[in-house]
Amino acid sequence: MKFGVIVFPASNCDLDSYYAIKDMMGEKVEYIWHEEEKIEEYDCIIIPGGFSYGDYLRCGAVAQFSKVMDAVKAHAEKGKLVIGICNGFQILTEAGLLPGALVRNRDLKFICGTAPLRVENSDTAFTNKLQPGEVIEIPVAHGEGNYVAQDEVLQKLKDNGQILLTYQENKNGSKEDIAGIINEQGNVLGMMPHPERACDPILGNTDGRKIFESMISYLKGGR
Amino acid sequence: MKIKVYVTLKDSISDPQGTAIQGALTKKGYEGVKSVRIGKLIELELSDRPEAEAKQAVEEMCEKLLANTVIEKYTYEIV
Repeated sequence: MKFGVIVFPASNCDLDSYYAIKDMMGEKVEYIWHEEEKIEEYDCIIIPGGFSYGDYLRCGAVAQFSKVMDAVKAHAEKGKLVIGICNGFQILTEAGLLPGALVRNRDLKFICGTAPLRVENSDTAFTNKLQPGEVIEIPVAHGEGNYVAQDEVLQKLKDNGQILLTYQENKNGSKEDIAGIINEQGNVLGMMPHPERACDPILGNTDGRKIFESMISYLKGGR
Repeated sequence: MKIKVYVTLKDSISDPQGTAIQGALTKKGYEGVKSVRIGKLIELELSDRPEAEAKQAVEEMCEKLLANTVIEKYTYEIV
């Protein structure tokens, strides 16, 4: 099993993601430069947080056209796992791998803190080590995390169980309190909160591990 | 040839920045400012080409990159 962490110019959570997988979860992981075109060897791709390409025009707008994203689309089409965290979530929506969009927080403020998240669907590759209704504490840090989508898209997300995590306290204005969603096939997750920042016990919170444990369990076939 | 592209949020998307500016204008004493919506102006300079060709190119640029049509709409003018 091998994880790959994509590195765009101005990614800044790539090191944390790498550390969480290698040192905390004990799995193989490598960095993938954004110009890479071959990523067949990886079982799971992590698109980390940051400000890819300076967030010029819109968050994630430029990153969607980098060479590696064509490979990520092919990877996702094969049913392999992709997790986009924060800026990674924004990139996944811009690239059309997830529906909707992320716009400026309702109160125009950058939000930084720890958010209690409710697990809405635990029967997925990303949440199978959690219980439905369980609340996990995951750090958040974003200015554009306000999830929007058309009503029919939101309804579809609800009907299909694609909403995995919701905010207990909705500080950014997201529709349906959405903190994280999966695609229809269930192999691509986008979430604004940062599970990789809640893996090392020295930081006082290891709730983020459950997301990675779920993915590892799924990849080992023990879902 | 020069083209001005205007990208704005769709009516169904709330614009907290616009709302804040509307509040500020009202506080400054400008009465009757019912709504403020903030968008982007993108100025393009293209090599000269027939108008139809330019329009097609600009529309494609808008659809693919300049606007996110999930949340935004666009108009443009050849100046």
